[in-house]
Amino acid sequence: MILQFFWIFGVIAMGSALLCITRKNPIASALWLVVTLFSIAALFVLLDAQFLAVLQVLVYAGAIMVLFLFVIMLLNLGRPGPSDIKGPLGIGVAVVLGAALLFLLQPLTRTTLPSAITLPPGSVPLLQEHQGIVGSVAYPLFGAYLIPFEIASVLLLAAIVGAVVLAKRKL
Amino acid sequence: MLLGPALGISAVLFTLGVFGVLLRRNAIVIFMCVELMLNAVNLTFVALAQNLGVGGQVFVFFVMAVAAAEAAVGLAIILAVYRHKQSVSLQNMNLLKDG
Repeated sequence: MILQFFWIFGVIAMGSALLCITRKNPIASALWLVVTLFSIAALFVLLDAQFLAVLQVLVYAGAIMVLFLFVIMLLNLGRPGPSDIKGPLGIGVAVVLGAALLFLLQPLTRTTLPSAITLPPGSVPLLQEHQGIVGSVAYPLFGAYLIPFEIASVLLLAAIVGAVVLAKRKL
Repeated sequence: MLLGPALGISAVLFTLGVFGVLLRRNAIVIFMCVELMLNAVNLTFVALAQNLGVGGQVFVFFVMAVAAAEAAVGLAIILAVYRHKQSVSLQNMNLLKDG
């Protein structure tokens, strides 16, 4: 049952990603990407990452895509005009390189993990039952990964300052 | 059990992101394709976290933080370029080519 749902949402994600990169209108592209991000959130739920699924909807589908749509509409790019998709030569190069990459990544589907490092099945849901769904992610985040967390906060501060400076008309 | 399908789906999503970057000329759409690639990698992290421990889920946090910072700065750069050139097509960004 879970596997069927997984494939349903996976096919939705892949189909809407394909539509996202082939639509001429950037607004249509952005909205199809929102569909992809929502289906990836559903895949996160099926992979025992419920809190990350909530974050995916809030941060990605909410904040980041609103920023994209805001900039598209600010620059008035939604109006009909010439397509930005490359000509036959560009499409050919893209198809060949994409097929080569897919061929190289395709052995991933047969991955088997060494049993020495694999957790027994169902251990992540068990951990979530003990520490809570948020707690199971929060304990390592504020414990073992405390320094990367602080560095991430500095990175976000730098990004805020950088975005304000870059987008300002005159300093 | 879900590891194989999850890695397969994320491989396809990553390939579609690369395909989009190669296919399009609009800087904003290329940027969205980069977000798609980041999401494919997030899916890989979460799928492996199910088998190897929740450390992978913590890493998705950092990827999301970097993606948010990257989106803010990148869109500000695109805005600045648009003010300069009145276009976001990468065809018109050839300042280094022929000065």
